[in-house]
Amino acid sequence: MNLSYYPGCTLKTKAKNLEDSAVASMAALGVNLVELPRWNCCGTVYSFAEDEELHQLAPVRNLIRVKEVESNKVVTICSFCYNTLKRANLLITNDPEKRNTLNTFMEEEIDYNGEVEVVHLLEVLRDEVGWQSISQKVQLPLKGLKVAPYYGCTLLRPQAVAIDNVERPTIMHDLLQALGAEVVDFPFATECCGSYQILSNPDFVSHCVWDILSSALRWGAEAVALSCPMCDFNLGQKQKELRQTHSGFKGIPILYFTQLLALSLGLDPEVCRFELNYVDPRPLLESKGLLRQ
Amino acid sequence: MERIGVFLCHCKLIPPIDTGRVFEAIGNKPGVVYAADYEEMCMAPGLERVKEAIKDEKLDGVVLTSCSPALYEETFRHIVTSAGLEGYQMVVAELKGQDGAKEATQRAIEAIESALERLRMSRPTVSSRVPITKRALVIGGGIAGIQASLDIADAGYEVILVEKTPSIGGRMIQLSETFPTLDCPQCIETPKMTDTGQHPNIKILAYSEVEGVSGNIGKFKVKIRRKAAYVDWDKCNGCGICQERCATKALAEFQQYLDLPGKIAHRKAIYIPFAQAVPMRPVIDREHCRYFTKGKCGLCEMACPVGAIDFSQQDSFVEIEVGAIIVATGFDLMPKSEIAEFEEDPDIIDGLEFERLLCPAGPTAGKVIRPSDGREPKEVVFISCCGSRDPEHGVPYCSRVCCMYLVKHALLYKHAVPDGQAYIFYMDIRTTGKGYEEFIQRAVEEDKVLYLRGRVSKVFRDGDKIKVWGSDTLTGKRVEIACDLAVLGMAMLPSEGSKELAVKLSIATDEYGFMTELHPKLCPLESTVPGIYLAGCCQGPKDIPDAVAQGGGAASKLLSLFSQDEVILEEAAVS
Repeated sequence: MNLSYYPGCTLKTKAKNLEDSAVASMAALGVNLVELPRWNCCGTVYSFAEDEELHQLAPVRNLIRVKEVESNKVVTICSFCYNTLKRANLLITNDPEKRNTLNTFMEEEIDYNGEVEVVHLLEVLRDEVGWQSISQKVQLPLKGLKVAPYYGCTLLRPQAVAIDNVERPTIMHDLLQALGAEVVDFPFATECCGSYQILSNPDFVSHCVWDILSSALRWGAEAVALSCPMCDFNLGQKQKELRQTHSGFKGIPILYFTQLLALSLGLDPEVCRFELNYVDPRPLLESKGLLRQ
Repeated sequence: MERIGVFLCHCKLIPPIDTGRVFEAIGNKPGVVYAADYEEMCMAPGLERVKEAIKDEKLDGVVLTSCSPALYEETFRHIVTSAGLEGYQMVVAELKGQDGAKEATQRAIEAIESALERLRMSRPTVSSRVPITKRALVIGGGIAGIQASLDIADAGYEVILVEKTPSIGGRMIQLSETFPTLDCPQCIETPKMTDTGQHPNIKILAYSEVEGVSGNIGKFKVKIRRKAAYVDWDKCNGCGICQERCATKALAEFQQYLDLPGKIAHRKAIYIPFAQAVPMRPVIDREHCRYFTKGKCGLCEMACPVGAIDFSQQDSFVEIEVGAIIVATGFDLMPKSEIAEFEEDPDIIDGLEFERLLCPAGPTAGKVIRPSDGREPKEVVFISCCGSRDPEHGVPYCSRVCCMYLVKHALLYKHAVPDGQAYIFYMDIRTTGKGYEEFIQRAVEEDKVLYLRGRVSKVFRDGDKIKVWGSDTLTGKRVEIACDLAVLGMAMLPSEGSKELAVKLSIATDEYGFMTELHPKLCPLESTVPGIYLAGCCQGPKDIPDAVAQGGGAASKLLSLFSQDEVILEEAAVS
């Protein structure tokens, strides 16, 4: 099965570990992620401004790229890109006036009327591959690895774009369970990591990150799994500081769910690019017998 | 009909209508020979004019218009029949709406046109006289059904009271104490339950459900399923030895399935639901009884001094004939799991569960404990409007009693644990009943219950504590409370199975499943089917005084029907 794939900027730079492990895993599951030609930045953050048409150009252009390759579906891996593209698509579908303005403005492009469906990779795994067929393909079950799924905001909010139940999601729990991991659900799984406040209010982000990580640890997690490079940055990069401010905190590896997927499917650990993780997960994985030393 | 008259009412309650245009549009309709308009048709002078016109113009059919045909039809019918016409020669068209003049006129024309069409189709009716079977069926043995049964029985008529659980008493008997007077249901409801059980005119069919209903007002035929209790209730004397001997425990319905340390809230597999049960008869729970699950046991059978245990018992059916029915099927609480922001945890409980923990006759003898570890909670958070007034997660309506029972909970908790702290999150405090506001003031001033105005966003376990996140909208600050127990004021829903019952009775329900009264203000006791009346929470959330009042009201409606010997039913004649 071929699927149009929108990578987004971060997956080509800081989150190369997310992209490589995702593409390789999906290939192993029989899904070929075909990168869109001439894609551009997704627009990064969905705009709340009333006069927002200009802000929608970037995401809508990407959707036009999908329409051009005659595909009716595009898969994203980064949660932020997912959120921005999906919401821009909803706007185009539901607001004929703005749709008209945007199409007129982009006169060099073909008209776009919401023909494309935006999905996240987790939805593809659930709805098209299926948990059962994933668990059948698992070569190296993540036995004994206590992982806490962390969703953050952008996969679930607002409700109109949520990939699962907004308040009590299970999609990542189900995936990790299919991979044989010991899943640790914790109350902060859907709390915000602090997001872009890291630029203007880094202390607030430290606070958010500490709440999330300390809760995961209290519930017995040894690692956190997520899908968002923004969350990964905050949860990973802040740990250095937290080790100094919270005595006894020794850190906890943050992994992309795709890295755990690749590992359990028996792929070469090289595709996981663990060296790019902010907290090196390799000692933990080795101790569980999931990585050759 | 050859000579039809159209009477247009256009008082100030109806949007302005261009009467000239209406007359023009309907003037050439077949049969229409007379048309008149009047400002207040429903008042005596207007009605007189209709009467005169019918006589003077020798009309043989009339179309009247009204803002509310449901309310005025009866009045109009009297006038029309007093002018010599019969009921079928009149049709009332509805004029209503918030439109502007143009739309209103068009709508009036359409309404009158369709009324003329109905009038053309109208055929003489034949009326039949049906003798009224002076026996009443009351469905549901909660406080509303009990009140209705007693009132009818005291008036000298026979009552069959059907209750689906093994005992009457309903939700009220589960409560600890009742607001605002703090008397306990065991003291105030038990006398009524006993009276019901002993009344010569009342027959209680407990552990039974209505299977099917046919017939009309005056003569309904009702089939009732008597569920197998596996105990011969006629032989049984209610001594309770069977439940003492039984070795199998299960979560108890009456304790809201509370799972307390030491299984103190559990019941046996053969059980009498509670100490004051009426009838005082046990039932066997097939799902847990070892005789049924493992094929051998029979401890209760050996212990029973009168040989009443009968494992071979089957459901049986009785058919009865009644003249009228009162539905009083009560409410259930919305399941806690519906609110996804609140975790499922033994220390996050709903209001009815907390009632059982507070009840002096309950499993803890009124000692407040945490279900998880049996410790006394030192901080308790009460959360109002869980699922109520919240269309996104639950229902948009207000459940009406939560404000009051939560403050009662907080107050009783403070009496039980004087060094504890009670917090109540609220949106608005709704205390409209008699003595209610004073009760809240007492809780705040004397018992130091802390009110926090704002909604709760998340409730979750954090180690030994339950954490509650909310906002205090009066200070604009986020609030986090680490408490030992959280009590949720869950929304009231119509009781399980009431929708199916409504279908069997052919009565209407609203979008939430509450049974619809004939008119929201003027006929609050009647269902949409003549001869079937409503009482208590099956019609909408209400407190005990309102449920009792409605139970009594429904009984008096039924009694005024029973004061006649026959009812006249009209049917269209077969031509």
